[in-house]
Amino acid sequence: MPAAPHAGSQAGSNDVFRALADPTRRAIFERLAREGELTVHALTAPAGISQPAISRHLGVLKRARLVRRRHAGRETHYSAQPQALAPLADWMNAYGAFWRDRFDQLESLLTNLP
Amino acid sequence: MTPKEATRTLVIEREMPHRPEKIWRALTEGPLIQEWLMANDFKPLVGHRFTFRATPVAGWNGIIHSHVETVEPPSVLAYTWDSMGLETLVTWTLTPTASGTRLRMEQSGFQPGQDQAYKGANYGWQKFIGNLDRFVGGLG
Repeated sequence: MPAAPHAGSQAGSNDVFRALADPTRRAIFERLAREGELTVHALTAPAGISQPAISRHLGVLKRARLVRRRHAGRETHYSAQPQALAPLADWMNAYGAFWRDRFDQLESLLTNLP
Repeated sequence: MTPKEATRTLVIEREMPHRPEKIWRALTEGPLIQEWLMANDFKPLVGHRFTFRATPVAGWNGIIHSHVETVEPPSVLAYTWDSMGLETLVTWTLTPTASGTRLRMEQSGFQPGQDQAYKGANYGWQKFIGNLDRFVGGLG
């Protein structure tokens, strides 16, 4: 199941909690989730925080697998990985989305099944 | 499984323009199950132990441990659905209708306490998670 929410490894969940406990990191993550992939420069501009500080925060988010890094030329791009939030989500809600999706796939299969 | 009163149940129902026998095949033949659900070594035998396997993601190893609880073709199929602390039972019910079948999936055994733990209730995450619903909602 793609991102079935699960207890997950305890360490993984704790990393996610810890990473998001900081309001600055939460703001960075929310911005990436909202705006898509951004460079460190773009993230630094409106934040009023130094680039090294932003980079440190991004490092913590990356260890929690909440963001992914991509190098392109001199720029480093970051994007949000919202599936890392799965351990925080309500299992039942997430399974609701999971099963509805699988029902769709089941219907496609049945349509093509003799 | 924990006592019933402590758990919650997810129900999804859909009308399908297919005979129960055909849907039953898709629910009980391993290669067909894989087409719409997950890789598996399912067999429609009560007591059979098997796994569903998906691509692992951060925080989840991708493995569902199951055993078959009920096989009543082509009406009722139930198996456990356990993975890393989650212990649930999935029950499929097929009811013939004039135009095909009403397919009902019931997943029972969700423990609110566990949800809270993983929502990070102690960290006051609820509001934050509310904002991110649209992302999490698409996870499935």
